[in-house]
Amino acid sequence: MKILVTVKRVPDYNAIIKVKGDGSGIVTENLKYVVNPFDEIAVEEALRIKATVSGAEVVLVSVGSKSAAEQLRTGLAMGADRAVLVTSDDELDSLGVAKVLHKVATDEGAGRVLMGKLAIEDDANQTGQMLAALLDWPQATFASKVESLESDEEKKGVPGIAISGESAQVVREVDGGLETIETALPAVITVDLRLNVPRYASLPGIMKARKKELKELAAGDLGIDLAPKVKVTKLSPPPERQAGRKVESVEELVKALHDEAKAI
Amino acid sequence: MGNILIFAEHSDGKVTKPTQIAITAAKQAAAVFGGECEAVVVGKGLDAAAADLAEYGLKVHVVDGDAFEHYLADATAAAVAHVAKSSGAEVVLATSTAVGKDLLPRVAALLDAGMATDVTDFEEGGAMQRPIFAGNVIATVEIAGSPKIVSVRATAFDPAAKGGSGSTEAVSFTPEGTKTKFVSFSETKSDRPVLTDASIVVSGGRALKSGENFKTVLEPLVDALGAAMGASRAAVDAGYVPNDLQVGQTGKVVAPNLYVAVGISGAIQHLAGMKDSKVIVAINKDEEAPIFQVADYGLVADLFKAVPEMTEEVKKVRAG
Repeated sequence: MKILVTVKRVPDYNAIIKVKGDGSGIVTENLKYVVNPFDEIAVEEALRIKATVSGAEVVLVSVGSKSAAEQLRTGLAMGADRAVLVTSDDELDSLGVAKVLHKVATDEGAGRVLMGKLAIEDDANQTGQMLAALLDWPQATFASKVESLESDEEKKGVPGIAISGESAQVVREVDGGLETIETALPAVITVDLRLNVPRYASLPGIMKARKKELKELAAGDLGIDLAPKVKVTKLSPPPERQAGRKVESVEELVKALHDEAKAI
Repeated sequence: MGNILIFAEHSDGKVTKPTQIAITAAKQAAAVFGGECEAVVVGKGLDAAAADLAEYGLKVHVVDGDAFEHYLADATAAAVAHVAKSSGAEVVLATSTAVGKDLLPRVAALLDAGMATDVTDFEEGGAMQRPIFAGNVIATVEIAGSPKIVSVRATAFDPAAKGGSGSTEAVSFTPEGTKTKFVSFSETKSDRPVLTDASIVVSGGRALKSGENFKTVLEPLVDALGAAMGASRAAVDAGYVPNDLQVGQTGKVVAPNLYVAVGISGAIQHLAGMKDSKVIVAINKDEEAPIFQVADYGLVADLFKAVPEMTEEVKKVRAG
């Protein structure tokens, strides 16, 4: 059984993002790139599931620039078996990426796809659901679990997604609480923050990752129409908040909130 | 010219607030893209909800059936895509709730359509604005072709009021072989205002150190203010409070009149969820904490001392 896991290259979540003066993009000089944190959780979950199923294989896939090989190596160092990098010089929209993933999942004969619920750069939260529709598979988005990330279950590395036979129970983070659904497999499962705490790559893991297979394909050779329907025409900085002031005491604070801000 | 099709959520036979917000956004979309606003509602036993929805002056497509007793993405997306096609929708629009986020991209792929997430504004000519990079950048996007799928950010539009004359029309649709099944829902119970609706939100961070301290230290202030309680990701990850209290890029996005951040450093992803609040107060021991850069009023203090004091001061002010 193959588990396909997406790994997107994104700017570090702690980086201060600045827009270029002409609004054509963000300033990328000295920007550090990482594995999309949600995808890291997906890789971790796939590795935990693999540990419970004999003969399972974890295949990583990234769609983007050649530099994304770096992030795929990180995932391989965590313990994934091999990786596929689909390079594209053109900007793809979420549907375009979903179409590429559809092709890869089909060619690989993947039995499950795990992915982050969104990438922290474009915050779109679309690709997993789109891929599920294209594959005509069910989807279980925002996978989480009941136990906290500091629980014993988590420390033991128990998978949060419970797979039995050809179905999976997924606890989902929804408005107002946690919902549990059962989905037939194969399925696309997108993961939320509280599914697990991803492992760090070990030094031997990093050494091994260098020898693992990383296959490169060009999106343009796949024979799919990838012309984007969604185009970003301009980027701009958000309106800035006016700097406030420090107050010296609780009394001054409450007085200001009441008399000045009229907020209480 | 196609219409603007609103995906409506409902609860207890009534339209929910996110749907009222979607109606306002749809009217703005109609002003840009043309067409009339219509709605699609999907579920089981929808007579009351459909009638309530029609009172907003909308033509309502009603997909009622056993397969839709619980919301499930595959069945609902198939139904919405069917109505979008049969009604010739130019735009399919919903608010970015957990359901909206789960549903719309699937609808988009079924219709081979482009989608914009979390739209905050429609511009003349059809461009849309949406926050990216956790709200640190505003992107202007355009969607080519038809239909266009749009989710809107709840804090960017006011809820619509009833008015105008509407109608309901039953749509016969049965999804093919649904592959998912609802098992259970564990609701976070609270007597306080809903986080995304509250006019005051008090959020606690990891500095509260335990779930017990949320109860004994923070909750008295929350209740003195009649506020909703929120939390930072760190506090939720530590299991101090339930998941759905998380305010931030990946949790709830809130924009209350007053936001009080207690023991929250102000990570980028937290700021993304609250920086549109009207008045922001930060209480933190560390005077270098980034939260102070967005706070209107900052108090550098030990929260375990300041919060109980503030609770008492608020009670005094409230008592008049």
